[in-house]
Amino acid sequence: MSLALDILSGACLFVGAVLMIVSALGVIRLPDLFTRLHGASIADTGGAFLLLIGMILQADSFLVGIKLGLIGIVLFFTAPTASHAVAHAALIGGLSPDDPGANQGREEAEEDRA
Amino acid sequence: MVSARTFSLFLVLFATWLLLSGIWDPFLIASGAVASLLVVYIAHRMSVIDGEGHPIHLSWKLLTYLPWLTWQIVVSNIAVCRTILSPSMKLDAGSGWVPASQTTPVGLVTFANSITLTPGTVALSVYPDTIQVHALDRAGIEELKAGEMNRRVRAMEGKA
Amino acid sequence: MFSLATLLVVIAMAMTLIRAVRGPTPYDRILAVNVHGTMTVLLIALAGFLTDRPDFLDLSLAYALLNFVGTLAALKFFKHGHLGEEQ
Repeated sequence: MSLALDILSGACLFVGAVLMIVSALGVIRLPDLFTRLHGASIADTGGAFLLLIGMILQADSFLVGIKLGLIGIVLFFTAPTASHAVAHAALIGGLSPDDPGANQGREEAEEDRA
Repeated sequence: MVSARTFSLFLVLFATWLLLSGIWDPFLIASGAVASLLVVYIAHRMSVIDGEGHPIHLSWKLLTYLPWLTWQIVVSNIAVCRTILSPSMKLDAGSGWVPASQTTPVGLVTFANSITLTPGTVALSVYPDTIQVHALDRAGIEELKAGEMNRRVRAMEGKA
Repeated sequence: MFSLATLLVVIAMAMTLIRAVRGPTPYDRILAVNVHGTMTVLLIALAGFLTDRPDFLDLSLAYALLNFVGTLAALKFFKHGHLGEEQ
């Protein structure tokens, strides 16, 4: 029983940590802000929740599990709100959601030169 | 005077205090009760204890919605990971408008947050009857337009 | 397993910093820092398990709340140039 629990929790921790790497890779590789948001949301959902589940399975007391669960609840409500705030601010700030080539910060660079 | 909603807010705050402190000392428990009462009193004076500030009437229906949302999150996580890890990275990203039939602000926020929480789709701007969505793959917008998530959130928020 | 997961999360955090430094737009930087913060929350929790000190979870919870407020504050400051004082 304990061994199965260890294996399950180890698998959750490993997959969660790998998802964090994939998410960071997405934030680096994807071409513009709006697509990078999707890469970032992997870290907020898959990565964070699998790591938390992995830790809950190893928690040695009830209170530790509850605290991890509370971290999960806080992330569950704040992560999409923060993503939406960034996306909406970028939309108002003049980035185009349909044209990745237009979002490379050139206008800003030209403003700096002028 | 003291509604069930006010009482449940007090219970939630007090339970949070107890679970976060984990010390069962009479003085600390009493401090927790006083602090929770103070917060409830201030919230009552600000009149934010309503269906929007403390939506307990949704908790039972949330239990049927969350498993479905979790499954959606798992599926789209896999899809987005595959896109990021594919060497050529052919993207078909774009934005579109998705109808939202929710009648309460809480329902609308739940719908927009569910869209953003699912990797592959992000809510860009929210209006009372439509939501502008950006998707990593345009198929994601078509899927949202088909309206399964919309219908489920509408069913969850209940009557207007 | 905890040490491997911690190592991977630290690597991922270093990778998000690349995006934060490169930009190009300020929104990219704010997004990168937001993801960095989410990873920090989990890194603190993992460090608590690694060193067998569950008190770290309280720090982690506080950081999760601060990260959210910090992102919104940075966005608002960037948009308006102030955090909401009288004109």
